[in-house]
Amino acid sequence: MNTEPEAKPKKRPEMAKQPPSARRSNFNEVALGYDREEAVAEAKRCLDCKKPLCIDGCPVGVNIPLFVRQIAEEDFDAAARTLKSTNSLPAICGRVCPQETQCEAVCVLGKKKDGDPIAIGGLERFVADYEIAKGTTIPDLPEPTGRRVAVVGAGPAGLTAAAELAKMGHAVTIFESLHSAGGVLVYGIPEFRLPKSIVAAEVDFIRKLGVDICLNSVIGKIDTVDELLGEYDAVFLGTGAGLPSFLRIDGENLNGVYSANEFLTRVNLMKAYLFPEFDTPIKKGSRTIVVGGGNVAMDAARCALRLGAGNVTIVYRRGEDELPARAEEVVNAKEEGIIFRLLTNPIRILGDENNWVTGIECINMELCEPDESGRCRPEPVPETEHTIPADLVIIAIGTSPNPLVTIATPGLETARYGTIVADEAGATSKPGVFAGGDIVTGSATVISAMGAGKVASRAIDEYIRRI
Amino acid sequence: MSFTILQKRELVPTLHQMEINAPRVARKAMPGQFVILRIDEYGERIPLTIADFDAQAGTITLIFQEIGKTTRQLASLAAGDSIADVAGPLGNPSAIEKFGTVVCVGGGVGIAPIFPIARALKSAGNRVISVIGARSADILFWEDRMNEASSELYITTDDGTKGHHGFVTDVVQNLLEHGEHDEHGERAIDRVIAIGPPVMMRAVAGVTKPFGVRTVVSLNPIMVDGTGMCGACRVLVGGVTKFACVDGPEFDAHEVDFTLLMSRLAMYLPEEKEALDCDLRSSVGEAAAEPTV
Ligand SMILES: Cc1cc2nc3c(=O)[nH]c(=O)nc-3n(C[C@H](O)[C@H](O)[C@H](O)COP(=O)(O)OP(=O)(O)OC[C@H]3O[C@@H](n4cnc5c(N)ncnc54)[C@H](O)[C@@H]3O)c2cc1C
Ligand SMILES: Cc1cc2nc3c(=O)[nH]c(=O)nc-3n(C[C@H](O)[C@H](O)[C@H](O)COP(=O)(O)OP(=O)(O)OC[C@H]3O[C@@H](n4cnc5c(N)ncnc54)[C@H](O)[C@@H]3O)c2cc1C
Ligand code: SF4
Ligand code: SF4
Ligand code: FES
Repeated sequence: MNTEPEAKPKKRPEMAKQPPSARRSNFNEVALGYDREEAVAEAKRCLDCKKPLCIDGCPVGVNIPLFVRQIAEEDFDAAARTLKSTNSLPAICGRVCPQETQCEAVCVLGKKKDGDPIAIGGLERFVADYEIAKGTTIPDLPEPTGRRVAVVGAGPAGLTAAAELAKMGHAVTIFESLHSAGGVLVYGIPEFRLPKSIVAAEVDFIRKLGVDICLNSVIGKIDTVDELLGEYDAVFLGTGAGLPSFLRIDGENLNGVYSANEFLTRVNLMKAYLFPEFDTPIKKGSRTIVVGGGNVAMDAARCALRLGAGNVTIVYRRGEDELPARAEEVVNAKEEGIIFRLLTNPIRILGDENNWVTGIECINMELCEPDESGRCRPEPVPETEHTIPADLVIIAIGTSPNPLVTIATPGLETARYGTIVADEAGATSKPGVFAGGDIVTGSATVISAMGAGKVASRAIDEYIRRI
Repeated sequence: MSFTILQKRELVPTLHQMEINAPRVARKAMPGQFVILRIDEYGERIPLTIADFDAQAGTITLIFQEIGKTTRQLASLAAGDSIADVAGPLGNPSAIEKFGTVVCVGGGVGIAPIFPIARALKSAGNRVISVIGARSADILFWEDRMNEASSELYITTDDGTKGHHGFVTDVVQNLLEHGEHDEHGERAIDRVIAIGPPVMMRAVAGVTKPFGVRTVVSLNPIMVDGTGMCGACRVLVGGVTKFACVDGPEFDAHEVDFTLLMSRLAMYLPEEKEALDCDLRSSVGEAAAEPTV
């Protein structure tokens, strides 16, 4: 063998991005993806390890060395087949997976001094986009088993469970409460990070596997889980964690105060950024404050900026190192001109006589000793109250499971904060009912929800073949 | 799956009745619940109460007032057209029990949602006294249906063109003060339920409060998803924030912060005007482009 790893470049090609000055006023995708030459060159850096650690880093077990080698060999169709055999949503994952803590975190190349791990996400996106542009091929499906499964929620967990079950020959129907399938992928994550046409293409692939998607169907209202169990052999619940939390401070119901969910839903799902071509309105602030430091806060802040919101400030009660958002998105936000007021906590939202928000009163915080969870508990610094003026405030401090389904389902055990209790295989306390994704874990990631959908699909398959 | 309009007619000027084919909604609908609809891919999601439903025929009836872009567009549709999305039944059903004597108050377009509630209360064995009101006799509707659904029906018009000259609250006040006493001379109105514009509901709450009669109102804040996911519909009830779409839409009238409700309803006034202007401009444009005969 004459493969000389040392001879290969240590660095990955940098992915082209829209320059900050341009992208801060449009909703087009920020990261532009690799072109063919870049992808092939990057794929050739892979060592095709005998014991590929990278696969263990992927919750759905994508055969990374194989699809990367197929890119290196310029057999993109084969690479697409490899990806799709384990991951039904590769164009989405390639864009939004936190690869730096998943597959790429464990790639051996990243462990070398000055070495970049293989750009697995970038390559995945390249292949998936190639396939979408060319037209997706549908794999051969087995003979129908005659078994029927209902999936509740068309987010990443539900879509993945449905695709896997369809590939096993079961008849699957997804019930989704909104008018569009995708869950957070369509209502939360903005166009400039994940174009909705990409989500639509991957959802279309799942439909072509034979999955029936019933939109506008709120389970708990139009049908209960018990009624579904009467018609289907098993039910998978992937209803996510969509209930917005508020700060529970004065002034939170003033006009101009949004939950991040409402703000993002108006902008993304309802396309309010194209108002009045689209009918749903959105308030464009001239001074916007976003409370929170996670991905949701970054997305809300960057949407507000693109709507023309003058200056946009993120207010977060801990420090820079504690920001829960992906590092890449914090960098993007900063490049675009988002202001960060760290170690600052809102104590009151202020309004005028017409009930419109005028600003928020904050207090400075300092970090003390880390608590049992290892995080530093911030404490207010006395006498540092101050007011930040604002005409738009977006609360992005998290979400919890929506109780619509659980309260209408007797016998389904839930835990604190309303999550559904399920074992590692996704089985709940109620026979025939399985669950996975944010509804079980609380807010997590797209790929962990997909992993849960996949694991549950195996347990469902076993269960329905037994009955 | 699309939702076909089976029937559509103008009941009174700017107020329309529409029957839609929505079998799965009709099968589960209960008095007090609503749907959220979106006319087409450009549309806004708007809530409308299920004013009537027929599980057998698989249809629901909506009554709506033309007030802005979406309701105007809805009014322009005809039987045979379809609506892209109808989600429901949403919200909690109205409490239907044997309360005794119940006063059902419907103001303006609120007559539509009060109708199925009155009908259900009557068939549950209640004595139903209904009070319906409108600005003027020519915009009053469903008098016949309300008559059938009630043991007694009072009508009010602001201009005196029909029934009592004045407001629904006058009749409610009168019933509480004089009309309804049982054999022991005790007030015998067990419950009041009022649906209409927020000012009317606030006024009814004000009238019943001193009498300590349990009063329920159905709130109509701005909504987006209708499933508890966005918080647009938050209202303050007894000092606690509630999401009207999942915790309501019916709440204890004496606990509701109506001032907040009304100010939140006005949040998008400039944008609503812009949407309407835009719409008017484009329809004027279309008309101009058509050859005049
Ligand atoms: C703004 C934002 C940005 C994010 N960015 C990232 C990112 O960059 N990378 C990443 O990995 N993760 C990100 N996440 C997290 C990630 O999106 C979620 O962890 C993931 O979507 C969870 O998937 P799920 O399928 O469990 O639930 P969801 O995506 O929430 O989907 C649940 C679906 O169920 C439907 N539903 C709910 N109740 C009912 C009912 N009663 N009947 C029928 N249908 C129902 C909902 O409408 C929804 O479509 C982000 C989250 C948000 C909010
Ligand atoms: C639970 C509920 C049940 C309702 N039932 C009925 C009904 O049976 N018949 C009827 O005529 N009306 C009903 N409404 C009110 C109806 O939803 C509004 O009239 C409609 O949304 C106006 O839309 P528009 O585009 O025509 O007007 P716009 O010009 O957009 O708005 C006019 C006014 O309507 C209200 N409004 C606007 N958008 C929304 C929204 N998305 N959700 C709620 N209110 C909004 C605001 O106060 C606004 O100022 C109900 C509202 C709720 C919350
Ligand atoms: S799906 Fe996500 S975690 Fe898995 S290989 Fe692809 S980018 Fe990595
Ligand atoms: S660990 Fe890295 S180098 Fe090795 S096979 Fe996986 S991607 Fe290639
Ligand atoms: S309308 Fe979104 S939470 Fe009620």
